[in-house]
Amino acid sequence: MTVALSGGEVAGQLEEKFPGGILESDQNCLVVKGDSLLGIASFLKDTPELNFDYLNYITAVDYFEYFEVIYQLTSLEHNHSLVVKARCYDRDNPALPSVVGLWQGADFQEREIFDLMGISFDGHPNMKRIFLWEGFPGYPLRKDYL
Amino acid sequence: MTIETKEMMLRTEPFVLNFGPVHPSTHGVYRMRATLDGEVVLDIEPVFGYLHRGIEKLAEQRTFTGFIPLTDRLDYVSSMSNNLAYVMAVEKLAGIKVPERAEYIRVIMAELQRIANHLIANGSFLNDCGAYFTPFLYMFREREKIIDLFEMVSGQRLTYNYMRVGGVSQDIPDEFLPALAKFVKQMPGKVDEYDRLLKQNEILLARAKGVGIISKEQAVNCGISGPILRASGVKWDWRRADPYSIYDRFEFDIPTASDGDCYDRFRVRMEEMRQSLRIVEQAMKQIPAGPVRAEVPHIVRPPAGEAYVHIEAPKGELGFYLVSDDSIAAYRCHVRPTSLINLTALREMVRGWKIADLIIIFGSIDICLGEVDR
Repeated sequence: MTVALSGGEVAGQLEEKFPGGILESDQNCLVVKGDSLLGIASFLKDTPELNFDYLNYITAVDYFEYFEVIYQLTSLEHNHSLVVKARCYDRDNPALPSVVGLWQGADFQEREIFDLMGISFDGHPNMKRIFLWEGFPGYPLRKDYL
Repeated sequence: MTIETKEMMLRTEPFVLNFGPVHPSTHGVYRMRATLDGEVVLDIEPVFGYLHRGIEKLAEQRTFTGFIPLTDRLDYVSSMSNNLAYVMAVEKLAGIKVPERAEYIRVIMAELQRIANHLIANGSFLNDCGAYFTPFLYMFREREKIIDLFEMVSGQRLTYNYMRVGGVSQDIPDEFLPALAKFVKQMPGKVDEYDRLLKQNEILLARAKGVGIISKEQAVNCGISGPILRASGVKWDWRRADPYSIYDRFEFDIPTASDGDCYDRFRVRMEEMRQSLRIVEQAMKQIPAGPVRAEVPHIVRPPAGEAYVHIEAPKGELGFYLVSDDSIAAYRCHVRPTSLINLTALREMVRGWKIADLIIIFGSIDICLGEVDR
């Protein structure tokens, strides 16, 4: 059975390494600050006790006040999982660092979020639309589209 | 007369070839821009979106129940599995308990669907290898029987729309279990027949063995799941790693291979069919009587919150991430697209191989464009 790690417990380990990097943590997830996302992600991946080597999926939700990007991670070795979230408050130019360097599986998924939700990922090698064509007006999965 | 040797030298340059979007070996409307040096593939750039229907957006305008038919249209080769993953996500969100009998019916359907999917995957893979339509029709012969079983329960042959929030749409008819027993009895012999025909086939070995290798580490890093991951030597199956529904009650093995080439992917799928038959056989014996659907209102209104549920679909990890804002429609519905993520590694797999190998490497991944583009 995959054990869902509590965000609060992991936050305890991260707090001293990334002071101020964690905005919220509860039983289900860990909300991190955008600019410390990459550091925290590589810590989660490279720490042997955590060893999150598998990225299940990335997705984004539009909550009007902010965009929330959700990363679900799994460790195939320890069989545990963790949900990490990052938020973007800027509606005009939302951006987050890309995790493609850590998990290559993020490649198409980040492009998809850019295409449909309009969040760009800094450091992505090929940040362009994936399903819709260049010049498509707007970002369909945003709540203010249609 | 002197000849300038310099001028005589041939100048070569990379050549860009467009594959698709309508090409029989792309299994749908997928396009690859392949950069070639002669016959050798230097690089490919996948182009998606020809079948993009905005299914995730459509989910926000439909009731939770009303979205079930659209999940059929994601991976239309294995609609039952899509139905299952979605209704399980809604059930988790709404905290609905499914009756025993419905759980067994779901497992039987999901495993039959896995067999049907692998029959198509392996059949069309062999098609790509050049065994034109002979093995394909052998496999379609058995798939037809599975489709007949599905037609018996749902009245449909491709987009079944059979699962419901809290169970399944209707109980299995009386003639279903005898027909299933007959199928389960016959099928192992048929899989043996495929093996006799193909396992040591010299042409298949020459075309597929050692071709399109993806290493264990790379497969995990690319987020690959399903038979491709197991063919690379990672013993990971969500039915065993994180048992959902009632999978903890059945005995089955997880077939793996070690080389991670096209042949191994083909072999793993073959073995998985045998394991699925084992599960169906056990489920058939254990299935209890009782209701097939929990008491769920037609319009489901889950409390505000979010849920992610994943299952081991035939192609790999299929998941639904749902956010509810306490209304009758999902606030956000995200599909974890197995096929799209499995395609991430295609570029690494095909570099340096010939263009004819590109076709079979692509075929060995087993994608469905309905799920890639959504």
